[in-house]
Amino acid sequence: MKPVNQKAWLLVLPVVLCVAFSAILPLMTVVNYSVQDIISPERRVFVGTEWFKAVMRDDDLQGALLRQLGFSLSVLLVEIPLGIALALAMPAKGWKSSAVLVLVAISLLIPWNVVGTIWQIYGRTDIGLMGATLAALGIEYSYTGNATQAWLTVLLMDVWHWTPLVALLCFAGLRAIPQAYYQAASIDGASKFAVFRYIQLPKLRGVLMIAVLLRFMDSFMIYTEPFVLTGGGPGNATTFLSQYLTQKAVGQFDLGPAAAFSLIYFLIILLLCFILYNWMQRVGTADKTEATHG
Amino acid sequence: MDDSRFKKRTIFLIAYLIFAILPVYWMVNMSFKTNEEILSVFSMWPRALTFDNYKVIFTDVSWYSGYINSMIYVAINTAISLLVALPAAYAFSRYSFLGDKHVFFWLLTNRMTPPAVFLLPFFQLYTTLGMMDTHIAVALAHLLFNVPLAVWILEGFMSGIPREIDETAYIDGYSFPRFFVTIFIPLIKAGVGVAAFFCFMFSWVELLMARTLTSVNAKPIVAVMTRTVSASGMDWGVLAAAGVLTIVPGAIVIYFVRDYIAKGFAMGRV
Repeated sequence: MKPVNQKAWLLVLPVVLCVAFSAILPLMTVVNYSVQDIISPERRVFVGTEWFKAVMRDDDLQGALLRQLGFSLSVLLVEIPLGIALALAMPAKGWKSSAVLVLVAISLLIPWNVVGTIWQIYGRTDIGLMGATLAALGIEYSYTGNATQAWLTVLLMDVWHWTPLVALLCFAGLRAIPQAYYQAASIDGASKFAVFRYIQLPKLRGVLMIAVLLRFMDSFMIYTEPFVLTGGGPGNATTFLSQYLTQKAVGQFDLGPAAAFSLIYFLIILLLCFILYNWMQRVGTADKTEATHG
Repeated sequence: MDDSRFKKRTIFLIAYLIFAILPVYWMVNMSFKTNEEILSVFSMWPRALTFDNYKVIFTDVSWYSGYINSMIYVAINTAISLLVALPAAYAFSRYSFLGDKHVFFWLLTNRMTPPAVFLLPFFQLYTTLGMMDTHIAVALAHLLFNVPLAVWILEGFMSGIPREIDETAYIDGYSFPRFFVTIFIPLIKAGVGVAAFFCFMFSWVELLMARTLTSVNAKPIVAVMTRTVSASGMDWGVLAAAGVLTIVPGAIVIYFVRDYIAKGFAMGRV
């Protein structure tokens, strides 16, 4: 157990001040908007929970929410295992290690609107490498015409863009495991899998938690890349939640409903993250008790 | 390590690297082509090699000052994020205190709101403070998502360090600041490296807030880039060249922090 020390608050205080400065005021503004009908800056009417009810009844929103859940789940299922595998495969020492680190990190550094633009060209069958290759293989590929292919292209783009985040976190996590653990394992004659399952995976729990939560919440708020690549289409196959929100807030200039939507959006992410967080913590603690008793 | 397993890993790694590099190669390829060539023919390398796209960026002050502005606020942001996050992460990993779990989770909740939500309130806040169009305004605004991230990453790494090390140091008569700076931070170098890189990265590519809070003096490169979409259509070549150049500072940063990431615990042992 950690010792109780209330003075630790002094160490945390700067962080709380920094974040609260940027967080509290916007949140208050949003709550304020969500219960008013803003006809003009001078004329506002208090409408209570009216907007919340309207948003909850919205069929388009429910469709976007389901698409979003499917997308975020797919992102986690692909990127987390791939990221771990990549981290395990990356060389640990020498110039190869540096070169691989830089190469892996490149996709993270490209501004998101450029990512969308590059993939827009990259996926075109007439002038893009991926599109042309697929066409040469005899696949009728079109990310603008075929809903399934559009969805898969957005997923592939996200995997390309964000798997390095998981890989870098896991790579650093692996490097932080003391050599003594591996030595003990090799004395015991543990298999590669046993080393992974009982040493590496438990030790990666901290960074994996961050990776899962980050990828989950960021993919849940994905906006720029699909907006640039497909514009949400064809139909609304790749219209995710944040795009729908932006259409409401900017396109139709409905500040009230948009604010109510934002709050519901936020609460959904909060709830799902909370469930993920608690689940991962429980899995981790169960592992620990198993390790000490078994 | 047995041979076949080693080979499988290498093949997997190379396959992934090819997958990762090809879109980037296509961008580099585009940056050396004219717009006509980009849009009309499929070519694995530029047929009519041109440096005009890069010339546009290096000769137009509004383009290259975008890079400088971005670097300034990203550097300020990364420095503040790490400075405040290091002690806080230590407190979370070592002590129990009133509301610790709640504050820890609350920090992360600030990353859970779509950035679009913050635009109008931020605009009003920074206008009132008279800080619009300054680097510091963007740096402060980006703290919202970078500080929680830094705290979470660093806490993860600090929790992996056995508490006996702290206790031994205190028994040896180290004061907290001296122990923290000379013993503890070197132990979690890998974490500091990763946190620094991620703060840099997220601040570097963020578009919405940076664009809203700036107009001329602090306009970041990501916002300048949106100019390539104009009435006469898209200037693909210049956009690709600008994209290639946005990778460069980040690649330099990762090259410098690579040692901290790669060496981790083994080199930092007391």
